[in-house]
Amino acid sequence: MKEFKGRIVAPGTVTAKAVVSRGGLNTLASFQGALQFGDKTATCGDQNNPDLYNKPMAGMALCLPQTIGSTTGGLVLYAACAMERQPACMLFSKPIDSLAAAGSILASVWLPEVKMPVIDSLGDEFLEYVKDGMTVTIQEDGTVCVDAD
Amino acid sequence: MYLTDEQQAILNGSKGETHAKVMKTLVMYGETFGADKLVPVTSKYNHLVTSFGLKMMKPVFDLMQQLIDAGAVSAQQFSVDPRPVDKNVPANFLQNFIFNKIMYTSQESYENQLKELGLMNEDAFTCACYLDQVGNKPEKGEILSWAESSAVVYANSVLGARCNRNSGIMDIMGSIAGFVPNFGLLTDEGRKATWIVKIETTKKPEAQLLGSAIGMKVMEDVPYITGLDKWIGRELNEQACTYLKDFGAATASNGAVGLYHVENLTPEAAEQGAGLIAEGAKVYVIDDAELQRVQDEYPVMWKNTDAKPKLCFIGCPHMSLQQLKDWTERVEAGLKESGKKKVCIPTVFTTAPAVRKEFETTEYAARLKKAGVVLSCICPLMYMNNPLCKAMPVITSSNKLRTYTTARYYTEAEILEKITKGA
Repeated sequence: MKEFKGRIVAPGTVTAKAVVSRGGLNTLASFQGALQFGDKTATCGDQNNPDLYNKPMAGMALCLPQTIGSTTGGLVLYAACAMERQPACMLFSKPIDSLAAAGSILASVWLPEVKMPVIDSLGDEFLEYVKDGMTVTIQEDGTVCVDAD
Repeated sequence: MYLTDEQQAILNGSKGETHAKVMKTLVMYGETFGADKLVPVTSKYNHLVTSFGLKMMKPVFDLMQQLIDAGAVSAQQFSVDPRPVDKNVPANFLQNFIFNKIMYTSQESYENQLKELGLMNEDAFTCACYLDQVGNKPEKGEILSWAESSAVVYANSVLGARCNRNSGIMDIMGSIAGFVPNFGLLTDEGRKATWIVKIETTKKPEAQLLGSAIGMKVMEDVPYITGLDKWIGRELNEQACTYLKDFGAATASNGAVGLYHVENLTPEAAEQGAGLIAEGAKVYVIDDAELQRVQDEYPVMWKNTDAKPKLCFIGCPHMSLQQLKDWTERVEAGLKESGKKKVCIPTVFTTAPAVRKEFETTEYAARLKKAGVVLSCICPLMYMNNPLCKAMPVITSSNKLRTYTTARYYTEAEILEKITKGA
């Protein structure tokens, strides 16, 4: 097991299996099909993201460098939270970008019943270490524990 | 983050719970990025990204209604992204059924919400709100609360306004409060370039391909681009602005670029030159081979990669008036060469409603119609955002449309060849 320290953007504790995007996550391209057509697992629809394409994101520990693309990104993430199809948590190796931050903040202010802990600035080493299927736990102080077993 | 007494009072609930939540949203947004304060929004108009009454967006419409019910409406009027459907755009019975009965069932009610929130006018549906005919063109140095990635990058880079890559909903929050947090692209430091991109091509690079290459390389960083003025000049005339419109949209959608500087051309680069480049900036060289590599690596998402295209979209982002005129002439010339009277693939050009109105007063409108091209004001991305389009071979010169849909990207010359000669 390895521990990583980052910054708490949205607090909370959770344990979930990892899905990892090595490149930027295009939020609109990834979530739009799943939200529109009733896919409760939120299967990633972004053809340009070979790491995540066709993999479920709902309930997973979504590990990524940052989000990219359309400025609908934040509201798409907000809608995913409201529809309970959000990842269990979002773990950013880089400082969070403005679109993912907006989605996370909008959910925490306007949907207080929804929990999606968000940690950023975990460093490149985090993204190099974590692999699909590893167990990820966020502790109360924001420490991220990645278990390879 | 420093708040004035008035801002603190609103945060504490002096104007009610909804206004307090709006302020809390902006404060949290600012604190996440180390903003020192909230600064006034100074542009005349706002621009929102959410124009589509998609059923899946119900949570967003519920939030909008909360704002309306609490009287928390926009202090500014705003333009908004294009509508998603148009009966003039080719669609079969099943597509029309899905558009009108399943996907966009909230369109009418959402447009009513937009009117209550401060929509500029009935023609204010376009992603290219900064075009002269639309009238939402901020001045250099003005502070914006815009969303729409292609509009934000244009406003920052070409117009010299100051705006972060705000998300939908966050855009209207800033407009309601009249303030946005001071961080990132609002600051001099945040506008410094951390990449130097050297253009070393032997011909004028395709705008949407160059933007894609740069976006995928620099992601959300600010590039300082050298060598492009050789191809598009040193004057921000209509041709250069049109090029930068399409180029910027690709940088913002294939990456997350919110601002770029073009040496000797864009306002801040013309004023400050290499002084805009941050210490330790990385270098990316783009030559013909690099552009070819980028284009060759685009995945083809068609079921049958050899399928004959069934539809062609040009105009994501929306076309300018000059672009419509130029394309009319190019299509006519292409048809003349091939001995055809009309385009051989159903083709849709998309533009802003106000641009279409002006275009229709010119002789070009009848010529374009005669060539068989449909002129529409929809968002092609929203048109293609359904499962039926996944099986439909659509071609486009837009790298933004390629990114979000199964549309296949071709350069403008390749597109022209296909629609006029069936190649």
